[in-house]
Amino acid sequence: MSRPEDTLAADVHYDDTEARKYTTSSRIQNIQASMTQRALELLDLKFPSLILDVGCGSGLSGEILSQVPPEEGGPHVWVGMDISASMLDVALQRDVEGDLLLADIGQGVPFRPGTFDAAISISAIQWLCNAESSETSPAGRLSRFFNGLYSSLKRGGRAVCQFYPKNDVQKQMITSAAVKAGFGAGLLEDDPETKNVKLYLVLTVGGNATGSKDIADVVDGMDGVDVLDNRKKGEKGGKGEIKKGSKAWIIKKKEQMERKGKIVKATSKFTGRKRRVQF
Amino acid sequence: MKVLTLNFLTCAVKACKTTNNSFPLHPKDAELVHDEIEINRDLLVNVLPRIDWTALRTTSTELGFPTLPEQPPTAEDLQQDEKMLKELHALLLETQMMEGKLVCGHCGHEYAVREGIANFLLPSHLV
Repeated sequence: MSRPEDTLAADVHYDDTEARKYTTSSRIQNIQASMTQRALELLDLKFPSLILDVGCGSGLSGEILSQVPPEEGGPHVWVGMDISASMLDVALQRDVEGDLLLADIGQGVPFRPGTFDAAISISAIQWLCNAESSETSPAGRLSRFFNGLYSSLKRGGRAVCQFYPKNDVQKQMITSAAVKAGFGAGLLEDDPETKNVKLYLVLTVGGNATGSKDIADVVDGMDGVDVLDNRKKGEKGGKGEIKKGSKAWIIKKKEQMERKGKIVKATSKFTGRKRRVQF
Repeated sequence: MKVLTLNFLTCAVKACKTTNNSFPLHPKDAELVHDEIEINRDLLVNVLPRIDWTALRTTSTELGFPTLPEQPPTAEDLQQDEKMLKELHALLLETQMMEGKLVCGHCGHEYAVREGIANFLLPSHLV
């Protein structure tokens, strides 16, 4: 199958014709709807929530979020971000209920810390793996996106990102960027080893204090799911190497604080240096 | 764009992440529209603790609404007081900003809002 990601940037590829084609195709509508339902199942929301739709496009998945019946914990209020103006134009014509934002997710997520209960992303984040210009790198865009997403979600919140990686390298790159941003991550594969394989990256924020379960436990109860837990158990993973007070230690602390949404001064070459002795 | 969303948006410029002035964004030349939406009490109760009340008061004054009380209502207030629930719902969810600009209080960057969609795309030197 052809990959539009390989040829053009997202905002260039989805021009007026492509956006209309994408939205009116009943095949794409069906696939998007079923993936959104699956993502909602994984988010497991119990009451009406504020949700971020990353790469909302023409609002195909947002529409489903607005339509969740009250007995299933809906209807949710959502805010969508997308880089393609044409897609958002189609969304306007379709009169979707959520708020729309023209923004590049590779530039971060412009919300204050702890805004959203949950985030959902359907077929979007693989676009981050393609850097369009020499100034940006896929790794940088991925890390800016996941760091922004991490801080904009509330503690105990969850994000489900369905994506189409080109190969194992991309899959690994996306997952490790999420883990590096501080998320607890799990990959769910639907219909593995078929043409219709669907990958869901399930991300959790914060500990289990708010009663949210480990993602492996949530998925465990579902039909036909095998849990492959690759996590290391009872290992500390090379901590203790960083000396307290060293530059690396300071940078690590600053990163931690930034993730919590605290205001942190930028790191420079002077970070962690001693002041020179005054006369 | 709903006033609720305005209460969560911050400036996207990297240098503004380290200051307090980049939130809330200040609406300028705003054209507002009132859109009837069904009241969703559970959602308001859920979102209420996350709303920055001081910022909401600033925004609502800047948009030309009467001044809000100094203290935010509690969840119990919302459960009992039907009138307060309705007013809060009307402000947060039914009031939409259709045209205008959002201005950052720190760097002064202006984000254009057209047809209810805010443009948060940044030129690469600001990222």
